[in-house]
Amino acid sequence: MIRFILTKLGLLIPTFLGVTLVAFSFIRMLPGDPVELLAGERSVSPERHAELMAALGFDKPLWEQYFSFLVGILHGDLGTSFSSKQPVLEEFFVRFPATIELATCAIIFAALIGLPAGIVAAVKRGSAFDHTLMGISLTGYSMPIFWWGLLLIILFSSPDMLGLTPVSGRISALFWVDTETGFMLIDSLLSDEKGAFRSAAAHLVLPTIVLGTIPMAIIARQTRSAMLEILGEDYVRTAKAKGLSPFRIVGIHALRNALITVITVIGLQVGVLLAGAILTETIFSWPGIGKWMIDSISRRDYFAVQGGIVLIASIVMLVNLLVDFMYGLINPRILHRRS
Amino acid sequence: MSLLEIRNLSVEFETAHGLFRAVDSVDLEIDQGEMAAIVGESGSGKSVSMLALMGLLPWTARITADRMNFDGKDLLTISQKERRKIIGKDISMIFQEPMTSLNPCFTVGYQIMEVIKEHLGGTRKELEARAIELLGLVGIPAPESRLRAFPHQMSGGMNQRVMIAMMIACNPRLLIADEPTTALDVTIQAQILELLQDLQHKRGMALVLITHDMGVVAETAEVVNVQYAGQQVERQNVVDLFAKPQHPYTYALLSALPERATGKRLPSIPGVVPGLLDRPTGCLFNPRCQFATDKCRSTPPALHSKVLCHYPLVDGKPTNNHPGVSGPGSSGQGSSGQGSSGQEALGGNV
Repeated sequence: MIRFILTKLGLLIPTFLGVTLVAFSFIRMLPGDPVELLAGERSVSPERHAELMAALGFDKPLWEQYFSFLVGILHGDLGTSFSSKQPVLEEFFVRFPATIELATCAIIFAALIGLPAGIVAAVKRGSAFDHTLMGISLTGYSMPIFWWGLLLIILFSSPDMLGLTPVSGRISALFWVDTETGFMLIDSLLSDEKGAFRSAAAHLVLPTIVLGTIPMAIIARQTRSAMLEILGEDYVRTAKAKGLSPFRIVGIHALRNALITVITVIGLQVGVLLAGAILTETIFSWPGIGKWMIDSISRRDYFAVQGGIVLIASIVMLVNLLVDFMYGLINPRILHRRS
Repeated sequence: MSLLEIRNLSVEFETAHGLFRAVDSVDLEIDQGEMAAIVGESGSGKSVSMLALMGLLPWTARITADRMNFDGKDLLTISQKERRKIIGKDISMIFQEPMTSLNPCFTVGYQIMEVIKEHLGGTRKELEARAIELLGLVGIPAPESRLRAFPHQMSGGMNQRVMIAMMIACNPRLLIADEPTTALDVTIQAQILELLQDLQHKRGMALVLITHDMGVVAETAEVVNVQYAGQQVERQNVVDLFAKPQHPYTYALLSALPERATGKRLPSIPGVVPGLLDRPTGCLFNPRCQFATDKCRSTPPALHSKVLCHYPLVDGKPTNNHPGVSGPGSSGQGSSGQGSSGQEALGGNV
């Protein structure tokens, strides 16, 4: 087991280096630089421009800048954001709980609906339910997030239509909730404000649906195909030959094996979720890292962007690592093969 | 009354090219403690007929039978729920591929205890004790430590033993073994067959052995059903079958045994079992039969005295008045068997 973990961790190093390189270079490929954008309409003289760039350390050769970026990472220092003058790491972790809260709700929503739907579709293959579900999931998968978000806002939030849910933010402005954990659902419960939790939950509904739709469609389709394959396996026939109930055959014998595939898919969705969060957070003015990244890119806030990308990528890599370990728990063959 | 009685069992599959009859009016009767074998090449419908009995065929299969009784219960009319009480308990089945027939995600102990719990119940301690006893019974060394092993940590032979332990866990009255040794190497094959025979004797259970190995049949079975292309072509007790095969297919299968080969080359049956699209008219075996006649090619034979053939062999040899046999004697039949029987048959017939 220890060897398995070490091997997996070792493989992360080159991936991580690749991410830092991409994050470092992509933001510098964009036209414009932070000084120009800070200056805005007022033009800045070439001398002053060079002076400011030098003050920020951008006069050094690229390799030197990259090297100090790497050294900074090793010391847990991602630099300071130009616009807020705050350390990037701090900026990130102030906003991160909001994104985590949204992404967690979205993946739970996606799995709670996608998994059972995929299982039922596989068991009742070719039925009306199966065809309907596959049609819906294809639609869900192809739906552009921004458009889907706007549709839901019109339907659920517009006072002319249902008027049920709020449009933006994490909680109604009527409530003042102290930040304890950063997770609004928990903080609102901890606070004495009546109705705060209800408001926080209501604010989460639409963003959760919008962000969870694509993962839900993917989970449903992948669960269905994994289950279809496994229901044809010899050991499922054995389970039937033992006289077990259909529930045990599908829910225990087949599902346990199908989960190996499905967990990978759910793990991969974390990347999709964080990417989707950028759009979703922008639509619903959700103060998370997605919105912060967009703002930082438009300000050419080099340190914030490269630091943010590295942090997000690290989280995705860690989740994938976790998924690898969970395989070992679900599928005993993986651990034994290596030890 | 026999323990199991199947009359006129047919299984059809809906395919893109129409209905495919995988099993065609098969009968099977087996008494308590009896050992029967079902023999035939791949594609003869041996497994399908037994899977139909177990209720393990996919929903695309259409199963019909005049009678399918087990221990006085009519398996055709009982509900799924009632059938599940019999399957795995009174009738159980072991399969060809031990490596894929056990669930890779659960320990062998769990898989054995599960079936006992389902049918007989018991506390965890009792189940564990029973599982250890069963593993010992099927000849697995150090059964206590094997309880927590996963199927992939054991060999194919060991897995097949686990499979047997699992399937005899509830003391079944009928055990179906579907080519239980095909995937195993030769030394293990003999051990597994011995184990099955031993269990059958000790527990007085009936055993149906599906195989394509005539050698295995000779060593184990009492009654033999020979199947070809879904049809039951011959049914005899094992001694008579080997001494006096009545159907040309049985005759050809026996001729292909290395022990019986006379020439330098091992005789084989040319061609393959017909599938959905190449079904011949008349007798299904006629394209491959060395004694086939025009009648065989046009008219399907009816069953007489448990043989599905227009011209059953007598004393294991074609009769002199058989139109498919040229010349007065039949002594030279063994060597001419490999030649193109069609022309020969035509010559004799016209």
